[in-house]
Amino acid sequence: MDPKQLIAKRVALEIKPRTLVNLGIGLPTLVASYVPRDVLIAFQSENGIIGMGIRPPEGLETPDLTDAGGGHVTALPGATALDSAESFGFIRGGHLDVTVLGGLQVDSGGRLANWMVPGKMVAGMGGAMDLVTGARRVIVAMTHTAKGESKFVETCTLPLTSLRPVSLVVTELAVIEPRPEGLVLIETAPGVSAQQVIDATACRLVVPTSVPEMPLAA
Amino acid sequence: MKRATRIAEAVEMIPDGATLMIGGFMAVGTPERLVAAIAGRGRRNLTVIANDSARPGLGVGRLISQKCVKRLIVSHIGTNPETQKQMLSGELEVELVPQGTLAERIRAGGYGLGGVLTPTGVGTLAAEGKRAIDIDGQTFLVELPLRADFALIRAAQSDYYGNLVYMLTARNFNPLMAMAATTVIAEADQIVPIGVLSPDQIQTSGVLVDILLERRSSDGSETADRETRRA
Repeated sequence: MDPKQLIAKRVALEIKPRTLVNLGIGLPTLVASYVPRDVLIAFQSENGIIGMGIRPPEGLETPDLTDAGGGHVTALPGATALDSAESFGFIRGGHLDVTVLGGLQVDSGGRLANWMVPGKMVAGMGGAMDLVTGARRVIVAMTHTAKGESKFVETCTLPLTSLRPVSLVVTELAVIEPRPEGLVLIETAPGVSAQQVIDATACRLVVPTSVPEMPLAA
Repeated sequence: MKRATRIAEAVEMIPDGATLMIGGFMAVGTPERLVAAIAGRGRRNLTVIANDSARPGLGVGRLISQKCVKRLIVSHIGTNPETQKQMLSGELEVELVPQGTLAERIRAGGYGLGGVLTPTGVGTLAAEGKRAIDIDGQTFLVELPLRADFALIRAAQSDYYGNLVYMLTARNFNPLMAMAATTVIAEADQIVPIGVLSPDQIQTSGVLVDILLERRSSDGSETADRETRRA
């Protein structure tokens, strides 16, 4: 399976009914495809909408209705539009249940760096710092390595997004949970051994004696 | 009742070196006619406060491509390689602000507050040079208000008083910026008679709007003489 689709299918299981969810641009957006349609989940986009729906049919796009990446979306019945101060009030004020973001690095303390590579790629933090600081749960959806290098590091060398540790990291190899004792390997992807995860990870992992296989959304 | 101001006249009011707040998020909710006209006039040394710099040649990106901007205060530049290029070469000074903090700094500027306290950015690069305050054991950054000489606002509808209604995700920073600038210039997709918009529906009071841009002419031109068009 494509690594990104696999990650999205695992993250989808973290999205519970009757919650307010923010999906970041890129990989996290794929998660919406695997969340059951019959449960009440509201997707929030920080550019100012609660109740965002899927991409509209071609030719029926509304120019004034997009997600945070500028892509056309729809609004579901009961959707609400917000200005930017209200939108971030939801995020910072503890009203957002889950945010799913991409990552460049996660360190042994569970801290995320995802907005800048000094001297090279300066995207800007956009809403990421507010999301990681304020959402009730922060899930990082990222590939385990980039160009052969582990994205898990002892201490982030890239600028941090927040001091707050994230809640969960899902990669194509594993599910890793930052806990007081360190990064704990809680699941491995189908066909991946705990040793393979350890080998692909450039910081200490706490590995329980038995690590279950990652379940995936249909 | 407001007079419909022609775009050339509105742009003439904006001098080189002015500080502009420009509504929009990835150009959605950005007053494109105004921004295009400013870029077309080749204004220089502007300070621009906006959510992002969109893409080259689009929204705020038009001003970047034309090198109108000296200083940019935004949350995100990742979609505009031209902004990154000018920043890395030192032509353009960029202050990156977390998006929620940017919204609150603009709100503080417009609402008469001395600043806001936010937990966002504590311990990161966003905290550099800022005061931090501990309240009941939690650390907050002191974020100072932002104001501008001009706010460039885009609305879906305006009535003759300049009362504004926004549409869906095109609202974003527009109502906040309309409170935070000395002169507010509004560009509306549609202008309707007074009374069409109900008091509960109006999102920005026309009291704030100094200049209401004339409607887009039916042939799309900006400079056609009004008398000629009427004939």
